[in-house]
Formats: sequence, structure tokens, C-alpha cells
Amino acid sequence: MDNMTLIVLLLILMGVAYQLGLTRSRAIARNTTGRMNSRPGYYGWLVALWCGLPALLVFILWTLLEPSVIRSVVLNQLPPEMADLTAQQADSLMRRLNDIASGYGVAGDPAAYEVAAAETLSRLRSIGELAKIAVMASLALAGLFLARGRIHADMRARNHVEKVINVGLLLCSGVAILTTVGIVFSMFGEAMRFFSFVPPTDFFFGTNWNPRFSSTGGNAYGDFGLLPLLWGTLMVSIIALLVAVPLGLMTAIFMAEYAPGWLRSFAKPVIEVLAGIPTIVYGVFALMVVGPFFSDLGALVGIQVRSTSALTAGFVMGVMIIPFVSSLSDDIITQVPQSLRDGSLGLGATKSETIRQVVLPAALPGIVGAFLLAASRAIGETMIVVLAAGNSPILHANPFEAVSTVTVTIVNQLTGDTDFASPQSLVAFALGLTLFVITLGLNVVALYIVRKYREQYD
Amino acid sequence: MKMVDPDVMVRRDDDRQSQRAASQGVKMSARDVKVFYGDNEAIKGIDLDIMENEVIAFIGPSGCGKSTFLRTLNRMNDTIENCRIEGKVTLDGEDIYDPSLDVVLLRAKVGMVFQKPNPFPKSIYDNIAYGPRLHGLAKRKYDLDEIVESSLRKAGLWEEVKDRLDRPGTGLSGGQQQRLCIARAIAVSPEVILMDEPCSALDPIATAKIEELIDELTESYTIAIVTHSMQQAARVSHRTAYFHLGELVEVNDTETVFTNPEHELTEAYITGRFG
Repeated sequence: MDNMTLIVLLLILMGVAYQLGLTRSRAIARNTTGRMNSRPGYYGWLVALWCGLPALLVFILWTLLEPSVIRSVVLNQLPPEMADLTAQQADSLMRRLNDIASGYGVAGDPAAYEVAAAETLSRLRSIGELAKIAVMASLALAGLFLARGRIHADMRARNHVEKVINVGLLLCSGVAILTTVGIVFSMFGEAMRFFSFVPPTDFFFGTNWNPRFSSTGGNAYGDFGLLPLLWGTLMVSIIALLVAVPLGLMTAIFMAEYAPGWLRSFAKPVIEVLAGIPTIVYGVFALMVVGPFFSDLGALVGIQVRSTSALTAGFVMGVMIIPFVSSLSDDIITQVPQSLRDGSLGLGATKSETIRQVVLPAALPGIVGAFLLAASRAIGETMIVVLAAGNSPILHANPFEAVSTVTVTIVNQLTGDTDFASPQSLVAFALGLTLFVITLGLNVVALYIVRKYREQYD
Repeated sequence: MKMVDPDVMVRRDDDRQSQRAASQGVKMSARDVKVFYGDNEAIKGIDLDIMENEVIAFIGPSGCGKSTFLRTLNRMNDTIENCRIEGKVTLDGEDIYDPSLDVVLLRAKVGMVFQKPNPFPKSIYDNIAYGPRLHGLAKRKYDLDEIVESSLRKAGLWEEVKDRLDRPGTGLSGGQQQRLCIARAIAVSPEVILMDEPCSALDPIATAKIEELIDELTESYTIAIVTHSMQQAARVSHRTAYFHLGELVEVNDTETVFTNPEHELTEAYITGRFG
């Protein structure tokens, strides 16, 4: 019986338990004069949970622990001359035993001790399977009948079920948090491995980026200087913000203060569509349309502009993040209490004076929060820069030249034929971690500012 | 059978009579004013004169249009979408709804204090200096300092805040904030001050201070005040106007309105039969 069938059977049993609890509680309700503590459905749920949850818990633990238990038993049975295997040797031996036990066979004749161990392995497996089913079935049935027997009029079934729901919700939110923590830890581990090849000072303060591919041989790893990439990221992001902040903020002011209702209800969703366009589409647009346009424009005024440059990528990215700035700022400007506007207008201020001197200062913390969120979005953006920034990891300050960013480099280092144990690949984790820390920092600051602002007017 | 203690009402009656005798000119006047929100007629033709240097109180049950009428006097209703105004309102004989009139200048002459204290998120100094700066009332920093100090003094707030003018106005207590808003309105030297339930968010002590302040302000300003508290109307106003369902039912000397109302609706309201 495979695990899927087991789970399905357990679910069916839980359904039965629900019905049993339901009918039982109804019967009790008929025979008691007072009110039942809870409605019948809750008793049904309680019985079903008692039936299903302990068995499920055993199932999970068993599935997790069984392989390692079996492995240690099998390895202990090996003849004494095989006693001191290294972990790697043990792993490959277990693979061989698995193949023998499953009847798949191995290359060459298996040794006598291997055949014996494989037999133990398959015997233990079938015993384990049976034992698992037996334990689960008895737990499920015991839970079912115990819970059903305990049903009485005063039992607080609602409260118990409520508690289980609470725990369930807690576990769900825990998954998201644990995933984040897990990602950080795994990146951290890999990044540490990278730093065993390249000293952190060379990485964080190096000004050259030239990671020779491992196939070129030798022990020379090349240069892994972060600064050109970080500078490229910064330059592209700053250009993006220079585009998005004024446009987005003006849009927000227009939407919140001037636009009549019908225009607002039509234009706001249209602007937000900008955020929904896949970034690869933006990238293609940048590469095919915006880049050549800037190049021609530059030729017209006598500046040499590469068609894939920091300017191209930054401009298109700026267009992409306009809705982040405008939508958030719009919400925040709308939240500024009307009483402040009235106060200013009542003193004889014009509308634009009111907006400049009262509304915007009041909304400023929230607007800064919106800028920072947009900035962290720009820093993490990949597809547009892959296509339009030109991928040239050289430290220079000319926005009309090609640059490379942290995200682009991660893509480059991990695509193609790579050896995942080499510093050329591992550097991606160090880069990713750096990026993560930067955007995390920006987000934390942004959220802090936004929250502090909210406290003021709610 | 009257709810209001006559002693409270007639406290300063003698002063008032003499003051008003001195200046009986009409400051603002409304003729057949109607206000519509969409198709709903919120105010149905009101005629009312507001005399110079008087305090006139607008009372009436919720939704009777008293606040709406107050807001027509400095065109604050302009900011509300769907709001349409008919009729004629004049300030010193000039039609304030005349298209050639600058609404910004009108609001500098007819200031407003709102129901909830609404100091700007700026320092106390900047709150007061806001209006004078907009209208260019001070040429030098020194003049501006003068205006700020005298406005705060008139609002009775100077002693409490003179050492912390650079602190945010939002950090003051509710009553102080409301006096700050009054000082802010005074700072642009208006001729008329409109007050829309200025004490409804304040405790009794802060309310008493504001009422005292209103009394002092009548020397130099004309004040129209909307209030839900009949005692307050009785204490601070010279004349009282009773509004009911968008109509002006009765306007008379405060004493007359509270002791001998002409209209039975007024009597029903001030004796607490509805409201």
C-alpha cells in the first residue's frame, strides 16, 4: 500500500468519524433536556479530528524517520570487516543494496554479505510498512471511539475545534516564515563556501569583475570584485527612480486631488496595468525600441549613446515602477484628512498651495516609503537589465555606456555548462545574499516609515 | 418650563447691548440662499443678515443645514463635488459668488475654524505663519514674529506655547490645538470668523476657555458660530438663529429666543422635545 492510498483511506475514515460524531451528538441532544454546548457539526468535526490528526502525525514522523532507522540497522548487520565505512561509502553501499533488494540488480555479482543485507533491508521494509498501517489504524480507531464516547451535552466542542483551527492557521503562516529563513540559510551556507575560495575583502571591495570560467583551467580563479556590479545596479536604479519618482508623484497628485471621479476610476487601473506587464516584454521593448531611439537621439545632439546602456535599462525600468510610486502615493495622499485641506483653503490658500505646503508634507513619510519600495523593486529587477543594460561589468560613470548589474551576473554565472562546486557558480550565492540584504534593508526602512505615518492619522 | 438658566444667559447682557448699539451695520447678508447636493435641496431659501461685531449662533437639530449655510458664507462648499448654490450672499455689500471675485481673498476676509482641531503637521510657529506668508502680510522676519505673537496672545495661547514655538502643533492638547486654529485664523486679519461647532471635540474646561475667547474676539471681529449646545449659544451669542430641515425658522436676540421663542418648533427644540 503506498502512502497516497494510506492518506486517502485516512480521509475516508475521518469522513465516517464526522458522521458518527454527528449522529451521536444528535441522539444525545434528543435525550437531554437542556441545550447542547455546541451545534452537532462541531461534535462531528471534533471526532473526525481526533481520528485523523494523531494518525497523521504518526504517519509524518514515521515517513521521515524510517529510512534512517532501517539504514542504521542494516549497516550494523554488516560483517565486522566492513564496520568502519566512511559516510560516502555507506551511501553508495546503500544504493547498491537498494537495487539488489528491489530486484533491479547491480553490475557484477553481488557479494554474499550484500545479498544478506539486501534481504534484511526488504524484510525490514515490509515489516515497517505493516507496522505503520497497524499503528495508524489503531490510533485512528481509538481516537474515533474515545472521542465519540466522550461526547456529552456539556462538552465544549466549539472551543476545542476553534483551538485546532488556530493551530492550523499558525502552522500555515509558519511555513512562509520558515521558507524565508530556509532560503537565507541555504544562501548563507553556499556563500560561505564561496568565501573559502575568495576572501570576503576581495569580493566586497574588489573593483574588477573577471571570473574566468573553470574550464580555462589552472588554479587562478580570476577577479570577483563586487563593486562594478553594485555600481551598475545603483546607476540603473537611480536612473529608474529619476524617471519614476517625478512621473509617479505627479500622477498621484493629479489622481488624488484633481482628477474627476470618472477619470480616476478609469485611469488608475490602466496605470496599474503597467505593473502587470511581464518584465521580459519590457526587456524586449527596451532592446528593440527604446535603445535604438536613444542611440539615434544621442547621434542627433552629438553624444555617443550605446543602444544597450544604463540609460536604456534605467528608463524602461522607471516606466515599469511608475505604478508602484503612483499607486502607493495616491493612496497615501488620499488618506491625508480632508480637515487639513479645509483648514488651508479656509485660510485663503489656493489648491496648489494647499497641496504643496500642507498635503505633501503630511503625506511625505508615506511617499518616501513608496519610493523605497519602488527602489527595492528596481534593484531586484532582472529581465530588463539582462536584455538592455549591455552586460559590461566595468566601473565607469557614463550612463550612456553599457553596464552590468548584480542580478544579470547571477543569471550569467548560473546559466550554461557550470560546475556547481566552483567559485564561478558559488559567487551567485554571495551576490544573491548581498542583493537580499540590500532589498531587505530598504523594505524594512520603507515599512517602518509607512507604519509610523499610519499611526498618525488612523 | 424653559431649560436654560436665565442667569447664565443674561450674564453680560448689558455690555452686549452697548456694544451692538455702537455698530449696527450689516456685515454679511444672505438673500434666498439655496444649496443643493445633487438633487437634494439641503438649504431651502434663507434670508439672514449678520451684523458687524456681533456673535450670531446657529442652532438646530442634526442635518438641519446650519453647517452647510455657514460654509456658504466663505464658499467652502466649492470644494464639495455636486454642490450647487443659488441666491445671493454679500460681504460689505459685495456679492461673494460674483465670478470676478477672488475666492482666495474672500477666505482671507472670512476665516473659518472647524469642528475638529486641524493643526497642520508643522511647528506651532509655522501653523500661525502659514496664512500671513501666503498673503504676503509680513515683509520681514520681524513682522512675521510680531503677527505670530499677537495672534497667539489674542487666542490666549501665547503663555502656554511661547517656549516651544518650534514644536509640532499636533503635539498640543485638543483645546490648545483648537485655540491654535483660532490663532491661525486671526493671523490673516479676517473681518468675519466662522466657527463650525468649535467645541464639540473638547472637554468642558477647554470649552470654557474657547467661549471666553469668543467673547474677547467680538471687539474686533464678527463671529458666526454653529453649535449643538444650547447653553453655549446662550452663553456666547448676541443673536440666535434656529434652523430646521433646511429652513431658517426664527432669528432673534438670544434672550428672546431662549425665553420667549416666537415659533413652536424653536420652543420644542430648546425645551428638548427633539434634537
